[in-house]
Amino acid sequence: MFTLLLKKLAALIPTLLGVTLVAFALIRLIPGDPIEIMVGERRLDEAARTALMAQLGLDQPLHVQYGRYVLQLLQGDLGKSLVTREPVSAEFAVLFPATVELALAALVLALVLGLPLGIAAALKRGSWFDQLVMALATVGNSMPVFWWGLILIMFFSVGLEWTPVSGRIGIEYDVDTVSGFMLVDSALADLRGQESGAFASAVLHLLLPATVLGTIPMAVVARMTRSAMLDVLREDYMRTARAKGLSPARVIVHHGLRNALIPVVTVLGLQVGSLLGGAVLTETIFSWPGIGKWLIDAIARRDYPVVQAGILISALVFIGVNLCVDLLYGVVNPRLRGGGH
Amino acid sequence: MTALLEVRNLRVDFGGFTAVDGVDFDVAEGELLGIVGESGSGKSVSMLAVMGLIDAPGVVTADAVRFAGHDLLAMSPAQRRRHIGKDIAMVFQDALNSLNPSHTVGDQVREVLRVHLGLRGAALETRVLELFELVEIPAARQRLRSFPHQMSGGMNQRVMIAMAIACQPRLLIADEPTTALDVTIQAQVMDLLSRLQREQGLSLVLITHDLAVVAEMASIVRHSVAVMYAGQVVETGSVDSLFDSPRHPYTAALLDALPEHNRGARRLAALPGIVPGRHDRPRGCLLAPRCPRVQVRCVGERPALLDGVRCFFPVTHG
Amino acid sequence: MSTLTPLAERLPADTAPPSPWREFVAAFAANRGATIAFFVFVAVVLGALFAPWLAPHDPLQQFRDHMLTPPLWQAGGLAQFPLGTDELGRCLLSRLLHGARVSLLIGFSAVTLALLPGVVLGLVAAFGKGWLSAAIMRLMDVLLALPGLLLAIGVISILGPGLVNTVIAIAVGALPGYVRLTRGAALAELAKDYVTASRVAGAGRLRLMFDTVLPNCLGPLIINATLGFSSAILETAALGFLGLGVQPPLPEWGSMLSAARDYIERAPWVVTMPGLSILGTVLAINLMGDGLRDALDPKLRQAS
Repeated sequence: MFTLLLKKLAALIPTLLGVTLVAFALIRLIPGDPIEIMVGERRLDEAARTALMAQLGLDQPLHVQYGRYVLQLLQGDLGKSLVTREPVSAEFAVLFPATVELALAALVLALVLGLPLGIAAALKRGSWFDQLVMALATVGNSMPVFWWGLILIMFFSVGLEWTPVSGRIGIEYDVDTVSGFMLVDSALADLRGQESGAFASAVLHLLLPATVLGTIPMAVVARMTRSAMLDVLREDYMRTARAKGLSPARVIVHHGLRNALIPVVTVLGLQVGSLLGGAVLTETIFSWPGIGKWLIDAIARRDYPVVQAGILISALVFIGVNLCVDLLYGVVNPRLRGGGH
Repeated sequence: MTALLEVRNLRVDFGGFTAVDGVDFDVAEGELLGIVGESGSGKSVSMLAVMGLIDAPGVVTADAVRFAGHDLLAMSPAQRRRHIGKDIAMVFQDALNSLNPSHTVGDQVREVLRVHLGLRGAALETRVLELFELVEIPAARQRLRSFPHQMSGGMNQRVMIAMAIACQPRLLIADEPTTALDVTIQAQVMDLLSRLQREQGLSLVLITHDLAVVAEMASIVRHSVAVMYAGQVVETGSVDSLFDSPRHPYTAALLDALPEHNRGARRLAALPGIVPGRHDRPRGCLLAPRCPRVQVRCVGERPALLDGVRCFFPVTHG
Repeated sequence: MSTLTPLAERLPADTAPPSPWREFVAAFAANRGATIAFFVFVAVVLGALFAPWLAPHDPLQQFRDHMLTPPLWQAGGLAQFPLGTDELGRCLLSRLLHGARVSLLIGFSAVTLALLPGVVLGLVAAFGKGWLSAAIMRLMDVLLALPGLLLAIGVISILGPGLVNTVIAIAVGALPGYVRLTRGAALAELAKDYVTASRVAGAGRLRLMFDTVLPNCLGPLIINATLGFSSAILETAALGFLGLGVQPPLPEWGSMLSAARDYIERAPWVVTMPGLSILGTVLAINLMGDGLRDALDPKLRQAS
């Protein structure tokens, strides 16, 4: 297993290098004065300009600049925001957990609702339930995330006033940042008796954005699970399981689902990609302070170091998640373990 | 004395298609029943029906399906599940596909022991190892951790048998256990089955289309063979009586088609036509459209199973 | 006495198998959802094609006296503006029709722009020598390191917003998928006997690529292109919504939604209409894609 991990990591190195190369090139491809783009200073006199260029290494040949860039990356230096003048990595560290929390909540929702619906639809194949689930899944798959968010806001936040419109927690609460995950931090504050009701507020704030973000993955998971389950139900080993006198529940879960989940895992990696892209849109609609919103604001404000860092980090996260899914797939599918006939 | 398994007038219909058309079986304690027939004869479906493994749209009816006195069809599914896998067990044809690819073979055998006998811990491990050795799987201890795709067809078939005999069933149904295997392995598996039958005293139902497999049954003292055609039992008897003096024209045709009986011929002797399908089931004897001995009576009336043969004009031997 | 009748007399007279095209059409037509979707899609295409003539007004024209007019069937609605007007008094129906043009155009262009090089690169990667094949696939891996929307955002942040750049951005994101698909399908075909036979008969590489192997990869490609079309439309709308795609005042469904955010309470139709247009079009194309897949692959057809 460990050697497998090393092998996969080694295979990723060219891709990682390529990604850093693209991020490096990104900022230099933008038309305009590089000093202005990278540092935000303009109308400098010649001396100051030359000094700044030397300081930034912009007078060096490209491959030296690239080497310098990679070195900085390895040290965790992502540059400074042109707008706030703060190190990008510091801003990122604050905002990243918010996006992770949102994405995880969405993924959990997608699995918790999508898996059972898919299984039930497969078991009741052809029934009105099956057709309804499939119809909903097809619609969910075709849904523009940002519009869906607006509709839900219109209905639940504005119409019924059940959920808030923006932010991670009510502004009346002052919660210390311990983990960066609002659910955790607010629960801690609640338990300490400092801010009662904080946790409930955090949950309410998370509910709608997570639902919106999780809708497409939920639809995909439901369809995939149903299709995988239908395939599995026809397999001979299901008949053997029943011939062993096992209860129907055990046959479906221990024998059926165990194998049906294998193709579903392959779909998970893609869904995380959808979550990352969707997070950008969801955070924009709900003013959720995560890296998606940060990235979009940065593009609007021409804060190029932030844009560069945002793209790079998104790529690294996506690659990392896909690696994990790959490994998970190897674990879940014994046929990949070799020694076969 | 009552038989261990009594099946009376078993019918299985699939929405208009009659797969099993009123068959009777008797299997006594320690007896071997061989069911012979070509694809589509209903031999597998009838045993699946006994096990309760026929799903919608299939409909199973019978006058009686009694196992050790219990009426299997009248039982609730939950009650039946207490017998299936424990007192009656089934081994299927394609072992690789009949085993779960995501669980080790050891775990799959352990499952039966846990669910039916409640074995745990050391007792469970001992019994599993015992079973693997009983079915002659070499390096049993390591093999417990293997997955089905890591083993050969013969090994997998042994695992299936181990799983089936784990709870010391009184009846073992083997549905074409050797068809998917090489000839040499076939012989080994057949030997294993007969040995188990002798040693454990279990009753064995062996479903096959291969007459060579049937021939081997002759060595088992208490045995009986039923020949099926198009969902009906057309002849019963011992191996010797069937092979030496077949009474039903279909049985005779089966034997005539054996390569050994066709030495020097240019084509294998075979009955013209094919087994009746869904839409062309004859009103009279099911073999009538193909039978070389057909008479007028055969076309209009269906013969009943009399004295072990279902024919108005059985073949006589001097 | 034999009662057999010769087999030949029992078969019906006309048993010639139907042509593949007819089989496909029949299978597709049997899928009710796909057929309805097909007609909806045709309606959208026609609406887009004939927008200048079908639209009651100029989509850019602002009617200052009729800002935020509700649709026809609501209180305060006017026949003049069947679907109401937006916050600048522009006719919603006209904007939706012209928006259809934009969306369909971008979607179609992006898919074509990705498909053609994608297929060529995929074939080259399948047929080519080791280093070339590896280089192409590595490059695709880098492109795939960013999920679709983010990659498009990345490209836009370099090139700047606008209609043409949107097409390029979406195409770049779709490219690796087609390369991988073509390469995979081509490799699978290459392993088959008929290709070896062609090779032995002396067929050159180019001929093998385009004449022999490609036609057999077409099925999955067509299905993917159809689904790619719908996701391109979604991406266009997403980019428009973020302000990174088609720029105002050009009517685009996504950017219409962006401006409508502030009017959820006061004028919900400005939010619902463009969204329904996106959803409807994408849904229709997805259903058609599903229908295509079911009709083209009999094995898959049985599974659902």
